[in-house]
Amino acid sequence: MDLRFTPEETAFRDEARTFFRTEIPAEIRKKVSEGRGLSRDDMVTSQRIMNARGWAVPHWPKEWGGKDWTPIQRYIYTEEMLLAAVPLPLQFNCYMVGPVIAAFGNQAQKEKHLARIANLDEWWCQGFSEPGAGSDLASLKTKAVREGEHYIVNGQKTWTTLGQHADWIFCLVRTDPAAKKQAGISFILIDMKTPGITVRPIITLEGRHEVNEVFFDNVKVPVENLVGEENKGWDYAKFLLANERTGIARIGLSKERLARIKRLAREMPAGDGTMWDDAAFRERLAEVEIELKALEITQMRVVAAQGKRDSSKPDPASSILKIKGSQLQQATTELLLEVAGPFALAAPVRSGDLTNDWPFDYDWADASAASYFNNRKVSIYGGSNEIQKNIIAKAVLGL
Amino acid sequence: MDFDLSPEQSQLKDGVDRLIASSYGSLEARQKLAKEPLGFSKAGWARFAEMGLLGIPFSEEEGGFGGGPVETLLVMEALGRGLALEPYLATVVLGGGAVRLGGSAQMKERVIPGIVEGTARLALAFTEKQSRYDLFDVVATARKTAEGYVLEGAKSVVIHGDSAHHLVVSARTAGRRRDHDGISLFLVPADAEGVKIHGYPTQDGGRAAEVAFSGVIVPAEAMIGDEGGGLPILERVAEFAIAALASEAVGVMDALHALTVDYLKTRQQFGGPIAQFQVLQHRAVDMLIAVEQARSMAAYAAMMVDHTDAAERAAALSAVKVQVNRSCRLVGQEAVQLHGGIGMTMEYLGAHYFKRLTMIESLFGDTTHHLRRVSAAGGLAA
Repeated sequence: MDLRFTPEETAFRDEARTFFRTEIPAEIRKKVSEGRGLSRDDMVTSQRIMNARGWAVPHWPKEWGGKDWTPIQRYIYTEEMLLAAVPLPLQFNCYMVGPVIAAFGNQAQKEKHLARIANLDEWWCQGFSEPGAGSDLASLKTKAVREGEHYIVNGQKTWTTLGQHADWIFCLVRTDPAAKKQAGISFILIDMKTPGITVRPIITLEGRHEVNEVFFDNVKVPVENLVGEENKGWDYAKFLLANERTGIARIGLSKERLARIKRLAREMPAGDGTMWDDAAFRERLAEVEIELKALEITQMRVVAAQGKRDSSKPDPASSILKIKGSQLQQATTELLLEVAGPFALAAPVRSGDLTNDWPFDYDWADASAASYFNNRKVSIYGGSNEIQKNIIAKAVLGL
Repeated sequence: MDFDLSPEQSQLKDGVDRLIASSYGSLEARQKLAKEPLGFSKAGWARFAEMGLLGIPFSEEEGGFGGGPVETLLVMEALGRGLALEPYLATVVLGGGAVRLGGSAQMKERVIPGIVEGTARLALAFTEKQSRYDLFDVVATARKTAEGYVLEGAKSVVIHGDSAHHLVVSARTAGRRRDHDGISLFLVPADAEGVKIHGYPTQDGGRAAEVAFSGVIVPAEAMIGDEGGGLPILERVAEFAIAALASEAVGVMDALHALTVDYLKTRQQFGGPIAQFQVLQHRAVDMLIAVEQARSMAAYAAMMVDHTDAAERAAALSAVKVQVNRSCRLVGQEAVQLHGGIGMTMEYLGAHYFKRLTMIESLFGDTTHHLRRVSAAGGLAA
């Protein structure tokens, strides 16, 4: 056992570090670091720079642009990206629909979509959750009825992240109403421009437009947009969710945020000095840092084991990463909120009330509160932490 | 020992609960009121005055109704439950509190009737960019002149500072930045020459302002209390503020807990209500325990806020804030988690409760600040 990187891995880390910090525009990275929202253009710009180097989809099969990296290289790549506050390539494209099409799609679908997905020429969103199907995803009701060469889709999806930018949506739909829950679900690709689709924004509590409801009213979808076999969609969804959970711990993001908190604490006046002079605050920060270090090693253990196990099935240990990783992400936003102190109350930045005549000394404090509010989602999405615990209890402990 | 309300107190509670329910019957109604020019409804404020709520803590001689901490507790709890936007805390408890506790007879006569009638709104301008939660950390100055005093400096995050007619301002007449002596309080008209007020929304849908004072001349009679003796008054005001916020927090948490329990009973997943899962039942119980701990501390605050031993009183109110803050955090976070995605949305009332609870935590001192004060006092008196 040796937890240190090999010389090759260290060289790769340095290469990734330099790339992310020199090639991705600083203003985009600053927005990520400060927890401000990114525009569609920011996302496209960043992903295309990565794709130009062949780094948008390194985990894909080689013939579709993958890199054949070791799990440790992939881990280093993701962590360096997060540490540099580079936005991850659009998850719905690169970690969800892309791998599903590559694994289960037909040749025509691969040729039509994969290169465009990697380059963010097509923006994809996810149509899984429904108002009545959240944690209990298999109870979804949106149905697709075959009529000649089309499916007619009716129903509603919700929590559709960044659906307002999307060109395409991949959906789980019920194609066999008679079958039991998980059976009878299919995975289909729908062009968002198809008549009958309505997108309604959901504004999240910090005031941003990040998620949507998507309504389907007699939407005609060509049968060629079915992925794999009819009624096998649940298997593909499980494959996809396993992908979603890889890297969900966001260790690099929490590390980057802690580094920023330290910087801000050194600047924030408190008592006769700054927040950083306060031993109790430093201890609270250290507690989070220590847990994060432990989780980092846990993540590396999971990564190292990935090379040796059947990668088509999710590793239940990834649920540990999800639970602890989300808790630590939230803990960092609580520290940030604490540094902002009384100034977190003010929301002058997002409301546009800030002008050059009225600089607010702590304009970052506004985004800190927003981050704290917004990050409550990380223990809810991607399978809530309660669901993750059920998975561990069942799959790991056999309870 | 008696935790029951007197008939008059019950009547007040029913009245204020009804008033709040009629103004804040739905989230849509509240969000509409928040968009009014002042950030709240002028008509709503007038109804507060009609009901006598704005005169509660002032004595009858001052033109008020001679209510005590329990009456304030009842009002604040109702305001919390309704997520009311009116500047009750800013005007009656903070600004009005400073005048009540330290103002001269003439000042009280001049200001308090206006507060009680709803025509005068006040705000307390005490936070500075370097002060965090330390009331004595004051850089703004008041220089004595032949005409009175000249104010220079800036105050940050002044709650309802943009709708107030008068600002109660802490400024140094002597001493250095963190000296306890040498701070004076002044009642400054918001429209005085040299006062610049820049309002903006707060995270919880309320209003606050950055306020700058540049060569602002006020007469000597504008001073609240003695020259250099402002801090003890400010500290008293903060104690009343903590007691009031504790009750507001209880109202918010009560309502949010009820919403959450209701959601557990109605949300269907896996073939039944999610309340069937014991793990969620226990979480709702933990929330309840946190609410009840806070409710007890709000009662303790009402009892201790007029306690004569200043050191014991200060430690007690800090203890209240610690417990209330902890309850706010647990109840707020758990409510969102148990709701899942819906708890994250602007269109859901629960999310607004969560935001208010988060902001209550940082008003008049966060958990660390007050834990340290209790610790420095050697804990609580037996």
